[in-house]
Amino acid sequence: MEHYLSLFIRAIFIENMALAFFLGMCTFIAISKKITTSFGLGIAVVVVLGITTPVNNLIYNYFLREGALAWAGLPDVDLSFLGLLAYIGVIAAMVQILEMFLDRYVPVLYNALGVFLPLITVNCAILGASLLMIERDLNFAESTVFGLGAGVGWALAITALAGVREKLKYSDVPDGLRGLGITFISVGLIALCFMSFGGIDI
Amino acid sequence: MGLRSFMDGIAPNFEKGGKLQAFYPVYEAIDTALYTPSYTTGGASHVRDHLNLKRIMMTVWLAAFIPVLVGSYFTGYYANGAMAELGMTSVDNWRSVFLDTLTAYNPASVWDNVVHGLAYFIPLYITVFVAGIIFEAWFASKRGHEINEGYFVTSILFTLTLPASTPLWMAAVGIIFGVVLGKEVFGGTGKNFLNPALTGRAFLYFAYPAQMSGDAVWVAVDGYTRATPLGNAALGEDYGVSWFNAFVGNMPGSFGETSTLAILIAACILLATRIASWRVMLGVLLGMVATAGLFNLIGSDDNPMFGMTPMWHLVLGGFAFGAVFMATDPVSAAMTNRGRLFYGLLIGFMCVLIRVVNPAFPEGMMLAILFGNLFAPLIDHSVVQGNIKRRLARV
Repeated sequence: MEHYLSLFIRAIFIENMALAFFLGMCTFIAISKKITTSFGLGIAVVVVLGITTPVNNLIYNYFLREGALAWAGLPDVDLSFLGLLAYIGVIAAMVQILEMFLDRYVPVLYNALGVFLPLITVNCAILGASLLMIERDLNFAESTVFGLGAGVGWALAITALAGVREKLKYSDVPDGLRGLGITFISVGLIALCFMSFGGIDI
Repeated sequence: MGLRSFMDGIAPNFEKGGKLQAFYPVYEAIDTALYTPSYTTGGASHVRDHLNLKRIMMTVWLAAFIPVLVGSYFTGYYANGAMAELGMTSVDNWRSVFLDTLTAYNPASVWDNVVHGLAYFIPLYITVFVAGIIFEAWFASKRGHEINEGYFVTSILFTLTLPASTPLWMAAVGIIFGVVLGKEVFGGTGKNFLNPALTGRAFLYFAYPAQMSGDAVWVAVDGYTRATPLGNAALGEDYGVSWFNAFVGNMPGSFGETSTLAILIAACILLATRIASWRVMLGVLLGMVATAGLFNLIGSDDNPMFGMTPMWHLVLGGFAFGAVFMATDPVSAAMTNRGRLFYGLLIGFMCVLIRVVNPAFPEGMMLAILFGNLFAPLIDHSVVQGNIKRRLARV
């Protein structure tokens, strides 16, 4: 139990997708102006990550890995070169389903997210989680925990940034730094707060 | 009234068109610190109160001197003790010039200890203060805002979080980072979202870990290593200090953090003058007790930190200092009353979580507060939304 708890906490804080690995930056910066929208996007990312990571784990372990096809009588086949293709396919399918679901049941969020919802497909945080999962050789349960943790971490980061940016509306930033400039500085400072969890450990 | 007429006499130099116009913020800061200003706010919102921002900050600043004195005593006590152990008769740096004549390096003498400790605190504080005020004044004169007394608080709190043996240039780099990137790029006091003192401190921690953590830095004598009790606890060793000693401050650590007793006295002043929010402090305390209690219940075979009781969490490391001085910073804390409670709970929770779960990192208070700062706007947002919902339901 402690193992899963520590894996989950590591994925949220120490190896935060957005603030430690700087993955998913385009959406991170673009959709963080309003708290409600960022929160919705964050939930969408949690859902997508929580499903795609374990699914990709199954695909890798039962189809792609060297010797994974032993159950089909093909112990010498190594399909791991198909990895990227397969993971992206799974992610794209997942996002399509999510999009249809949101369109039907949460139209407000669907409209607010606009083009960035289909863009979750190519959000590097999502693919990054799958690739990291394979690199670290996680099993099915671990990859579920890791996927959810990575998603929660990313959602937490983007909601925090949105909160900070809403507060910064009232600040008096020097002219040259307004807009994107101060956002990058804020993200850097937020990353400083998050990085701290890792300390010297990583 | 000699001073008043002197200040009035030099005033034209600093006003618009005067020779020293660029230094107006400096003049204004000194003038209003000495006398209550006669002019009033031109804008729409007025709060009539003798307790203005300047007086608030000054009270915090003065309250911080209690941990300064007690912290200096114990810094000196440990330095003198280490010197006696190593058989040294004089410090091996420039401080020996006046320490040799003023003190006998006797760890049993209160005077020797306080002076030795102050010999580390005063140069550090002056460096920090001057380095930061230069940038503060520079921004103030270029951007046309006032020098804010918040800087007095920032500078002293920053100094108090440093280990005594911090090189002076390093302290200067840290405070400049904190002032410029933590505060001034957002427009000065009141516009920042992180506590500037802690931003600078966190920057130093990650930029120069060798001087900011480990065993060698906590006692201000070169080549003498002694771990902090929290460092010992993380390794599963004996804490190396009794609870009462830890409460009084008799243990190695940064200047301000060691003495929970001194911090409690300062906390009473801040609470009696209603400057610091009791909700934040209570929240931090409750969060810490609940989380530490939970970890005590769970227990663990290989992680000794799971067993540390709330009583110990309270007195070790920077917990008390952070809860009283850092978390209550009115700018970076949550703004709503209910939000302050949740903000405090989050900090207490995070502090214990980092201490216990993260093996690389014995102390968690600094990061917990920065983390709390980060989520303060979000907490306010949800409190406000909650109020709106409740009232809408009543309509």
